[in-house]
Amino acid sequence: MRIEYDVAVVGGGLLGSAIAWGLGRLGKSVAVLDEGDITKRASRANFALVWVQSKGLGMPAYTIWTVQASQAWGRLAFELKQQTGLDVALQQNGGFHLTLGEDEFGQRTELVKRMHNQTGAADYKMEMLSASEVKKSLPLIGPEVSGGSYCPLDGHVNSLRTFRAFHTGFKAFGIDYFPERPVSAIGKSGGEFRLTTPTGELRAAKIVLAAGNANQALAPMVGLYAPMGPTRGQVVVTERTMPFLPHPLTTIRQTDEGTVMIGDSKEDELDDRTLKPPISGVMADRAQRMFPHLSRLNVVRSWSGIRVMPQDGFPIYDQSETHPGAFVACCHSGVTLASNHAFEIARMVAQGALEPELVGAFSASRFGRAGAANDSGY
Amino acid sequence: MSVAPKREDYDVVVIGAGPAGLAATATSAEAGLTTLLLDENIGPGGQVFRAISSTPVTDRNQLGADYWVGADLVQALRASNAEVIHRATVWSLDRNLDIAVSTGGASAFVKAKRVILATGALERPFPIPGWTLPGVMTAGAAQTMLKSSGLVPDGRTVIAGQGPLLWLLAAQILRLGGRIDRILDTTERRNYFAALPHAFAFLTSPYFTKGLVMMREVKAKVQVVSGVTELSASGEGQLASVSYVAGGKRETIPADLLLLHQGVVPNVNLAMAAGIEHRWDDLQLCWSPVLDAGGNSSVAGIAVAGDGAGIGGANAAVVRGRIAARAAVEALAPAAAAKLATMAALRSDLAKAERGRPFLDTLFRPASQFRIPSDDTIVCRCEEVTAKDVLDSVAIGATGPNQLKAYRRTGMGPCQGRLCGLTVTELMAQARGKTPQEIGYYRLRAPVKPITLAELAAVPKTEDDVKAVVRG
Amino acid sequence: MFRRSEQDRRPQVQIFVDGVAVAARQGDTVSAALLASGRDARRSTAVSGAPRLPYCMMGVCFDCLVTIDGVGNRQGCLVPVAEGMQVEIQKGRREIGR
Ligand SMILES: Cc1cc2nc3c(=O)[nH]c(=O)nc-3n(C[C@H](O)[C@H](O)[C@H](O)COP(=O)(O)OP(=O)(O)OC[C@H]3O[C@@H](n4cnc5c(N)ncnc54)[C@H](O)[C@@H]3O)c2cc1C
Ligand SMILES: Cc1cc2nc3c(=O)[nH]c(=O)nc-3n(C[C@H](O)[C@H](O)[C@H](O)COP(=O)(O)OP(=O)(O)OC[C@H]3O[C@@H](n4cnc5c(N)ncnc54)[C@H](O)[C@@H]3O)c2cc1C
Ligand code: FES
Repeated sequence: MRIEYDVAVVGGGLLGSAIAWGLGRLGKSVAVLDEGDITKRASRANFALVWVQSKGLGMPAYTIWTVQASQAWGRLAFELKQQTGLDVALQQNGGFHLTLGEDEFGQRTELVKRMHNQTGAADYKMEMLSASEVKKSLPLIGPEVSGGSYCPLDGHVNSLRTFRAFHTGFKAFGIDYFPERPVSAIGKSGGEFRLTTPTGELRAAKIVLAAGNANQALAPMVGLYAPMGPTRGQVVVTERTMPFLPHPLTTIRQTDEGTVMIGDSKEDELDDRTLKPPISGVMADRAQRMFPHLSRLNVVRSWSGIRVMPQDGFPIYDQSETHPGAFVACCHSGVTLASNHAFEIARMVAQGALEPELVGAFSASRFGRAGAANDSGY
Repeated sequence: MSVAPKREDYDVVVIGAGPAGLAATATSAEAGLTTLLLDENIGPGGQVFRAISSTPVTDRNQLGADYWVGADLVQALRASNAEVIHRATVWSLDRNLDIAVSTGGASAFVKAKRVILATGALERPFPIPGWTLPGVMTAGAAQTMLKSSGLVPDGRTVIAGQGPLLWLLAAQILRLGGRIDRILDTTERRNYFAALPHAFAFLTSPYFTKGLVMMREVKAKVQVVSGVTELSASGEGQLASVSYVAGGKRETIPADLLLLHQGVVPNVNLAMAAGIEHRWDDLQLCWSPVLDAGGNSSVAGIAVAGDGAGIGGANAAVVRGRIAARAAVEALAPAAAAKLATMAALRSDLAKAERGRPFLDTLFRPASQFRIPSDDTIVCRCEEVTAKDVLDSVAIGATGPNQLKAYRRTGMGPCQGRLCGLTVTELMAQARGKTPQEIGYYRLRAPVKPITLAELAAVPKTEDDVKAVVRG
Repeated sequence: MFRRSEQDRRPQVQIFVDGVAVAARQGDTVSAALLASGRDARRSTAVSGAPRLPYCMMGVCFDCLVTIDGVGNRQGCLVPVAEGMQVEIQKGRREIGR
């Protein structure tokens, strides 16, 4: 009996796309199964930071993984450009987290200290800067800015163009992308996985579950576990303006197109069709206090997205013991980690096994069966 | 200069001061409900009665009797004690009937027990090659300038498209001594046959004689080319010529101004952002809200009246405004409803006003080549995305407007899809062999019109809202 | 492209376009005044720099964006002229703080 694909990837967001692209790059035959136009897809709602600072408090392995991703992003951007002609506008010249008032400055200083004290965390030179030091790099900050933290590894990218570049790249690698084919059941028989979709069954030797928060429901079908605790985030975006912001910030960045993105809330609400204007209001207020010049800029849109969020805030990469060949991958910060997914996770899936020294810490076995509280900072 | 609303709460807030909004506001206020009317324009009237209280065109025959009936509606509004604010753009309306409105660079926030959306219509996109060139405008744009500033085309002017408004505009331009070099009629010949079954209703409707007289008036003075099947504008940074094919023959004529029009479609942005369910209308080729007989939408407390509820024209808009207002009065002050015209009477008025509409919709159904562009023709004016770009996106997996948006930024510019949304839906439907209903529309959200960051920052907020944003 | 009807008796309002005095009429929108002035009022887009003029005149298309009294990206077709108003034709993206 012919096995249709080497790998079926379930989910066509940034995780599934990066992994599928990486597998295609290694010459595997790959199918990507995805939902349609209206769906919760964090990959088109995110803030697009390739972000290192403050990642990994409570899990040093995550810090190391993040630093590695940040360092590999240049190669990813280069290869995507080579293949598709699309410039994903990667900029990695360091990023800031600004604080307003003394309290926030104090809290941030504490956080930076705790990060530094954490044994095993890679040294990524996150440091606190006074307002006057910040001003040297960001001359337009307002008087309420009390300072902030800076990390030279931080950056940002055009994440929507990255998304498009992956999907464009699928063609060249011969990857089949199937939108409007959500997977409702997965079984294994005769050494192959059988995925049930509305337009028929699809078979593959291996599968990668990369369906975002939906992994929680899919994982148990193949003996995997992915406890999720999604949150909602709102983002506000302005009209295009002349470049004014040389570095990305945790909550403000200027895109290569010139628009200014202002983010992002964390809410328990999980309806991404609605918005809370007061929350956008808080974000707008803080942005204009950080950069008073922004106050006259026109806001053209705002939206909310549902974060893909493992329950403790850290990534989950795991492989099934009961169903060999089944993998699961989900995380917040799928933009930042896209390079690792394209190069490392794809390589491991192609080989047939995850490497414990690289991603062992991210196994879902860490949860126990009760789940965990998310104190990772998201 | 602009004024903020006097209260924080109203029984009824009406959005849009066209015929529907004017009628709804007067009815609601007469019944004693606290009523606020908000409108983005400088004065009342909406599109059809634009500048009704300020037009410099004082010769009544020039704009026509149908225009001046607007003055009575404004009169009735002024006689009521409704609060009216102009240059007031509503940028947010949600399921809780919380309204955010921008006036004079600052925003105010009001709450309503009932909202009547009367945001009217827009001209249908007319995406032909060259439609973004300076010198190409909509017919409605020219009409707006004519009504509000007495401006008429002066240079070599071509009007292209179809529909009653096109003929009305042409007549108005000629009456004011403006110049029209040629009219290119894009009505498909087969539409005449398709419309025949509806002809009787039309012949007995008020549109008929008026329309005939007007077309005769125009044709006596301007060369009209009918059966136009292809159309494009060209020039270097400015319109220089218009090219068209009629009866299989191509012709190119020099032009300074090209006015395009192929009907109007509901302005859905605020309604959709409020979460109101819409459906694709196969006859009118646009999205219309799903409404009950009282104009009530799928969101409790929000009614839609006027052309925003589906194109029905000015007379129908007035009646729909009254129906929606009566429904609000019945809900909020049943005793006061006795003073108003009965629902049965209003329904019969509406039937009369809508007579002839199916004929017009069928006859003036725009041809697919003028709705669904190809190749390098721009679809999204704001982000400068072409038909080919859209098709390329379909090829890599975009199944609808929202994934397309992620790939290509269509609909992400300041117009928020108003001038590309219908084109995108129909183009994707054609490319994928699906219906427009299956393809769907952009997901729209507040702010539905741009506001400054400072205005957004002024939204009242709680401690919890702050906590949802500020974190280590 | 456009000219005024003789019956227009509205009072004159003087505005300045890129520093040059332009006669408008009370009740004109900025875009109407620009189109009536006969001046080259083409802006250029923030995306490609393509030239544009007002398209819809009813607040929908955003092709009428101008700088008015120092504030960029205003919809000229929705703003009425006022005596002494300073209008600048906008080329490309707006600058922040303007
Ligand atoms: C507001 C916000 C801001 C963010 N900011 C950043 C940032 O600055 N930097 C950063 O690195 N990350 C950021 N993120 C996170 C990042 O966007 C996500 O980590 C990433 O997009 C997750 O990608 P994904 O593919 O796992 O999930 P998604 O994009 O959600 O994709 C999951 C896919 O699976 C599909 N699917 C679901 N069920 C099924 C099924 N049964 N069968 C088939 N397909 C299915 C869905 O349709 C969807 O396409 C942010 C997220 C949000 C919401
Ligand atoms: C440009 C144009 C010209 C037309 N000319 C004619 C004509 O001459 N004769 C004719 O019979 N029909 C004309 N029509 C058709 C017209 O749609 C109807 O005749 C009639 O105007 C519909 O009335 P209405 O009350 O539904 O809405 P409209 O008259 O369209 O009024 C809607 C009002 O809502 C306001 N509005 C919209 N959104 C907001 C918001 N977010 N906040 C605040 N205010 C808002 C608008 O500014 C407008 O004043 C025209 C249509 C257009 C688009
Ligand atoms: S001309 Fe279209 S918005 Fe002003």
